[in-house]
Amino acid sequence: MAGGRCCEAGAQLEWKTSNPAESDVSHAYVELEHVSLRYGGADGTLALNAASLSVNEGEFVAVVGPSGCGKSTLMRLVTGLWQPSAGQVFVAGNAVSGPLSIAGMAFQNPTLLPWRNVLDNVMLPLEIVRPHRRRLRRERAEYEARAKALLALVGLGGFEARFPWQLSGGMQQRVSLCRALIHEPRLLMLDEPFGALDIFTREELWAILQEVWMARRPTVILVTHDLREAAFLADRVCVMSARPGRILISRSVDLPRPRTLESTYLPAFTALTHDLRTYISEAREQVHA
Amino acid sequence: MRNFAWRRLETTLPWLVILAVFAAWECAVRAFDVAEFVLPAPSAIFASMWEWRLPILTNAAQTLMTSVLGFALAVVIGVVLGAALGASTLIYRSVYPLLIGFNAVPKVAVVPILVIWFGIGTIPAVITAFLLSFFPILVNVATGIATVEPELRDVLRALGASPLDIILKIGLPRAMPYFFASLKIAITVAFVGSILAETVAANSGIGHLMVVASSRFDVPLVFAGLLVTSLMGILMYAIAAWVEARMTGWAVRSVPERSGPVAAVVPS
Repeated sequence: MAGGRCCEAGAQLEWKTSNPAESDVSHAYVELEHVSLRYGGADGTLALNAASLSVNEGEFVAVVGPSGCGKSTLMRLVTGLWQPSAGQVFVAGNAVSGPLSIAGMAFQNPTLLPWRNVLDNVMLPLEIVRPHRRRLRRERAEYEARAKALLALVGLGGFEARFPWQLSGGMQQRVSLCRALIHEPRLLMLDEPFGALDIFTREELWAILQEVWMARRPTVILVTHDLREAAFLADRVCVMSARPGRILISRSVDLPRPRTLESTYLPAFTALTHDLRTYISEAREQVHA
Repeated sequence: MRNFAWRRLETTLPWLVILAVFAAWECAVRAFDVAEFVLPAPSAIFASMWEWRLPILTNAAQTLMTSVLGFALAVVIGVVLGAALGASTLIYRSVYPLLIGFNAVPKVAVVPILVIWFGIGTIPAVITAFLLSFFPILVNVATGIATVEPELRDVLRALGASPLDIILKIGLPRAMPYFFASLKIAITVAFVGSILAETVAANSGIGHLMVVASSRFDVPLVFAGLLVTSLMGILMYAIAAWVEARMTGWAVRSVPERSGPVAAVVPS
C-alpha cells in the first residue's frame, strides 16, 4: 500500500524518478530492506516504517525530509548502533548486526574532546579502529603526517596545536569532518553536519566536503534539511515521508562536478530544489490528511 | 602596567583580609576585656602556639598523616567505584541508594564502633577521614562519566570502540574537572574526619590535643589547635588546586597563559 501511494504521488509531480525499491540492488553498498523501527516496546513510536534504500559504492546520497521523520534513526540503523524492529540492513553485502567499525560519523554538534588539541582530536579514531590502534605507537609520525595533510586539505593547516574552544564553529566542524575521515572509512555518515553554521560558512564547507569526496570517493549518506545543500553535494537525493518515515522517492542530480556556488543559481539547480521543496510539502501534508 | 598592579593587589588582598580579621579580633578582645577562657586574643593564641610548639607539631603530623591516608584511600576507592557507577546504569541503580543511606549516617556515631573494632588510635581516624571524603569523589567521578554526550558515544561506537575504550578515552578524561573539584572538598573534610575521630577516642593528634587542652581550660591552646588544623587544610587545598590547574587547564577557558598568546605573539 505504501509503495502504491509513493508512485501515485510521483506521477502527480511528473518526476523522472526511479522508485528506490526498483533500482538495481546487486551492486549496492548500503542496502535497507523494508526496515522499520519502533521505540519503547510494542506501543511505542514508530520512527521508520518499511523504509527501503540502496546506495552504491562511492555514491553520495542525501536524505531530506520534514523534521522528525526519522532521518537520524536511519543513520543509526545503517551504522549498526541500533537494530531494526523489522527488515534488514546490509552494508558491503553483510547483514548488520552490531556497530560497524568501518564508518566515519559527523553530527551537527562537532563533539570534539576539549582536552585534546586539534591534531589529537583528529587522531582519536586511529586509537580505536583496528588495525591502526596496534600500529599507532610505532608509526605515529606517518599517522601524524596523514592527519596534518587532511587538516591542510580542509584549510586548517597550522591549527594542529589549537584547542577546540580556540576555534570558530565552522573550524570545529571541519575538525569533526577530519576526524570522521582520518581512518579512510569506506562509509561516511553525516547527520546535519552543517546545521548549526551560518549560511556563508556552510557554503564554504560544502565546497570542502565535495573536494574531499572527489579525492577519496567514500560512500556518503548525508542527512540534512537543507535542500540546497542536498542538491549541491549529492549524486542522488532521497525524500523521506513524515513520521513514520520511509523513503518516498529518490532523484538523481545531474549537475556536473565540481559544482560551484555559481551553479546553485543555474535554472536546473533552482528547479531541482523547487521540486524537492514541493515534494517535502506534500510529505508534510500527508500527516495532517 | 595597570593590569600588573591589579594582579599584585589580587594576590595580596587575601592576606590583608586575614590580617584585618585578626587585628579586629585583637582590638575587640582588649576593648571589651573578654576573659581568656571565653575568647583568647590572637596574641595569646600565638603565644600558646609558640609555647607548645613541640606537642603541636607532633600531634599535627599525626593528624596530617591520618587525614592524607584516609584521603588517599578515598581517592582510590572513589575513582574505581565512581567509574563503575558512571559506566553502568545497572550498578548505579542498584548501589546508589545504599551509598546515599550510608553517607547520611553521622560519622560521630560510627567512631565508637570503629574503636570497638580497631581499638583507640590511628586506624579509626584514617577510616573516619576516608568515610567523610570518599563520597564527594565518587559522586563527581560517576557524574562525569555518566554524562558523556550520546553523539560522542555514537562516534566511538561506530568506530568499533568497546565500553572500556569509551571510559578510558572519553569518560575518565571528561570526569577529571569534576574529580579535581571534588578533591578540594574531599581533602578538607578528611581533616574534619580525622579530628572528629581524635576527639572521640585517640591518644594523639590535634583533636586529642584540643580535648586535653579544653579539659585543663587552656582555651588559647584549643584555639591554637584550631588554627593549625585550618592551616593544614589550606595547605592541602592549595596543593589540590595547583594539581587541578595543571591537569585540567582545558576546562578553565579563561586561563590567561592559554588564551592570551594568540594575539600577544604577533609582533607589532
